[in-house]
Amino acid sequence: MPNWVEGYATPRPSMRACVIVFPGSNADAEMIAALAGAASTPPTVVWHTETALPADTDLVAIPGGFSYGDYLRCGALAKVSPIVPAIREHAAKGRLVLGVCNGFQILTEIGLLPGGLTRNRQMRFECGDRYIRVAARGAFTRTVGAVWRMPVAHAEGRYVASPELLEQLNGEDRVAVRYCDARGEVVDEANFNGSAESIAGIYGGPYRNILGLMPHPERAVDPRTGGADGVELFAAAVATLAGGKSTSALV
Amino acid sequence: MTTCPPPPPFPADPPVTEALIRQHKLSDDEYARIVSAIGREPTFTELGVFSVMYSEHCSYKSSRRHLRRLPTTGARVIQGPGENAGVVDIGDGFAAVFKMESHNHPSFIEPYQGAATGVGGILRDVFTMGARPIALLNALRFGAADHKRTPELLRGVVAGIGGYGNCIGVPTVGGDLQFDARYDGNILVNAFACGVARTDAIFYGKASGVGNAILYIGAKTGRDGIHGATMASDEFSNDGPANRPTMQVGDPFVGKLLLEACLELFQSGAVEGIQDMGAAGLTSSSVEMGGRAATGVEIDLDAVPRRAKRMAPYEILLSESQERMLLVAKPGAEETVATICKKWELDSAIIGRVTNTQRWVVLATPDYDPLSDPPSKRKPQVVCDLPLDALTEGAPAYDRPRATDVTVFHRARIEEGDVPIPADWGAELLRQLGSSNVGSREWVWRQYDHVVRGGTLVRPGSDAAVVRVPCERDGQTIDKFLAFAVDCNGRHCELSAYEGGAMAVAEVCRNLVCSGAEPIGLTDCLNFGNPERPEIMDQLASAIDGIAAACRALGVPVVSGNVSLYNETDGRAILPTPMIAAVGLLKSEHDIVTSWFKGAGDVVLLLGEPTSGTRGLAGSDYLSSHVGRVAAVGGKHPRIDLDAEAALQSLVLGLAREQRLVSAHDVSGGGLAVALAECCVSGPIWSGDFGARVDLDLSIDRGRLDLTALLFGEDPSRVIISVRRDDVALVKDRAVRAGVPVNQIGVTGGHSLSIGFVDESAAAQAAIRLELSDVRRARSKCLESIVGAA
Repeated sequence: MPNWVEGYATPRPSMRACVIVFPGSNADAEMIAALAGAASTPPTVVWHTETALPADTDLVAIPGGFSYGDYLRCGALAKVSPIVPAIREHAAKGRLVLGVCNGFQILTEIGLLPGGLTRNRQMRFECGDRYIRVAARGAFTRTVGAVWRMPVAHAEGRYVASPELLEQLNGEDRVAVRYCDARGEVVDEANFNGSAESIAGIYGGPYRNILGLMPHPERAVDPRTGGADGVELFAAAVATLAGGKSTSALV
Repeated sequence: MTTCPPPPPFPADPPVTEALIRQHKLSDDEYARIVSAIGREPTFTELGVFSVMYSEHCSYKSSRRHLRRLPTTGARVIQGPGENAGVVDIGDGFAAVFKMESHNHPSFIEPYQGAATGVGGILRDVFTMGARPIALLNALRFGAADHKRTPELLRGVVAGIGGYGNCIGVPTVGGDLQFDARYDGNILVNAFACGVARTDAIFYGKASGVGNAILYIGAKTGRDGIHGATMASDEFSNDGPANRPTMQVGDPFVGKLLLEACLELFQSGAVEGIQDMGAAGLTSSSVEMGGRAATGVEIDLDAVPRRAKRMAPYEILLSESQERMLLVAKPGAEETVATICKKWELDSAIIGRVTNTQRWVVLATPDYDPLSDPPSKRKPQVVCDLPLDALTEGAPAYDRPRATDVTVFHRARIEEGDVPIPADWGAELLRQLGSSNVGSREWVWRQYDHVVRGGTLVRPGSDAAVVRVPCERDGQTIDKFLAFAVDCNGRHCELSAYEGGAMAVAEVCRNLVCSGAEPIGLTDCLNFGNPERPEIMDQLASAIDGIAAACRALGVPVVSGNVSLYNETDGRAILPTPMIAAVGLLKSEHDIVTSWFKGAGDVVLLLGEPTSGTRGLAGSDYLSSHVGRVAAVGGKHPRIDLDAEAALQSLVLGLAREQRLVSAHDVSGGGLAVALAECCVSGPIWSGDFGARVDLDLSIDRGRLDLTALLFGEDPSRVIISVRRDDVALVKDRAVRAGVPVNQIGVTGGHSLSIGFVDESAAAQAAIRLELSDVRRARSKCLESIVGAA
């Protein structure tokens, strides 16, 4: 396994992660590497046509890739993929699910997270480091107010939701992260893609055990690639699991 | 001479008339050559095949004899030009596989699709050799910033490059972008890709093994792109967009499936040989594969997967539908290929066999369409039966007449007294920093996913990009560190194609050493006008000589490349643009150097001769932005001393490897003052900007003209470095021993850049003093006049 993930404390505790690969996935390599660095057990990799997850999977990760806006086929495909029922069942048990970028889009598409992701406000693909501020505690976030810098790379990452849904998300403390500036202020200028209420990621599931977010924590686990703030997110998942199979204590 | 009976006439084939030959862009001589090579008149379909194989794009007929002068060998070279891509050893059993290719004509007609398919095509050239692609770059040239089509073309091309690269998941880590009215009617889109492969698992485009099955894999064949290769070898006229039916359409989703399927196929041991169906599609791929292996090829078109009904053999053979590969399977491995293709939801079909006839034979059943008709019980008939060598080595190779265009110097000449002198040096520097050719390219690269795969260590914005590549072998991972840069100054090449070609090579290699990497190989895209004009032919041949000279001086081979000619509209040629991309290898990640200042109190040194006087202004951004054309003071063209360049590069690389360099930045477009400003603000915003106090009271003639040349001239062979105070003496000593001029010019720190010098005509100490926030803002707004506010 790559030995370059330096941000993590060693020895690393056990976490059985599973990365789901769809035909259009393209950020699987860095997701696998980041999870390998976060836990002593390397992640399993499951092709989307499988119907079951490996036994005792703790965390399902859906990496980035093709966007629905451009590829109806891919969206339709992910939705009817044989692995999806197994992911639903895993999530319903309160086990951890992480969807990054297109993985977030897939989670909204298969109904595990509410709302939707549409074309960025500026109508262009946008790649670069952005700051996000943790807005709620959950399986992947321990400290409200923490400010992380990590890369974004998407053309369709503008989170949209009805006023009722936004009210519900806020009321249930399910807005996980918001775009902010370097000082952690959630200001309009930092909301580069025009997301509703600057939302960069939300929680779902019975125990805030499902996280979907547009920024890429798996590309921010090594200071040499520009930053390692993503380590905190993976470390939080490990800590959550160490605290017990159920994350209900967080609620 | 080989003769063979003509294939029987195919229904609906038009007779081969003089007008039809002309339409296929074949000259009388070329047609006579065909008849003599095959001993008879070609059929309609064969005429189409010869037309693409004899096109400039496929045959390199105007450039071939000149390209032989390029150094293409070296201790690291595993595969030089002639294959799908060049292959260079990077140690420990791994190799870098790379190539650059033009997609100029399609991008001008349809910017999004043209650029996207350019990226798709170059990626296939790389992964067809067994390499996983790890980096993309692109070099773009557009018309004047205020030309009416420039905004649309720039937006479309950038979106198209991103559209393909972002989806397929290969980081686009660098590039080069310039604007000039000379590209108004003919833009340049040159795409570069690099992959990494195991040296014991490189795959070649060879149809070896008589009796082996030839398989078609990938997307279905449609009518798109027919005669693309011929179009790419033609000039535009004002009715250019009427060529639209020859446009290819890319699908990065299928491209991604094809990439993963091919990598799995290579591991399965099923592949004997493989090649992308790129320009001239099924024709050129099968001809080249048979030609390289010196075997023979027989293809049955009835078996070709297709998406359009009632396609004629002519259309199937010449289609340039994207995302298709031609594969020769190992004996008995056909099933394995089919299974892997099925997993990746790709079509695959056995469409032929390798033979030992040295002939290229194509079969098809007349009036049979597998999409519409029940399976045919008839025997397919021969449509083409041609000797392979007539299509490959038999292609024409011209020694076209050359003549230096002396009027260039008259047109470019500007007298010393007419050189504009800035009234306010600081305001002038800000103006240059904010100009479309000099300012930040962030608007472009933020539309490219430059961090996918998590290996990008130096992102766009420094002299070269650096990518970490985890290379796995026997369960062990070895990290390799590769650096990439691409460059060419067309204005320099206009004034002297020889010097400009040499300077382009020198600059990309300088960019690599400034990043801590040793240049290990080059790839080029030679973009020129109509070679049938002697002055254009002279530019092409001279540029090749300049490139060759610089390659020798710096010890770097050219391992792949492409030639794009006829870049003209209505007889007006582009600036000669021999684009050069270079790949560098770092010994360790600790050798990485970036271009920006890292802290306060470091000492700034200028390596290399600070100025050659007014010669440095030749072809500069400064002069052309003021006088509106390529200009040279007194008609003096730019010049590079290749020995001095080699000494400089070896010094910089040595210092990088000793970790003596806090920063290193090549002085190029915009000149020394611009380069100093870039050192202050080109880093990532979160790392904080550091200014500098610079004193340029160098021992030069201090007239205002010479000061202008010092601040804004673009002499080659100069590098700005910053070093820790403790290292200054050592670094200076190394420079002196290496015979490289060294000047201590300043100290880093603060929130501003001040450049002091003595302006004698003002009879006072003059200075530039700019706040870094203003410098950053000016640079970031440089494309606003074209694409609007970010």
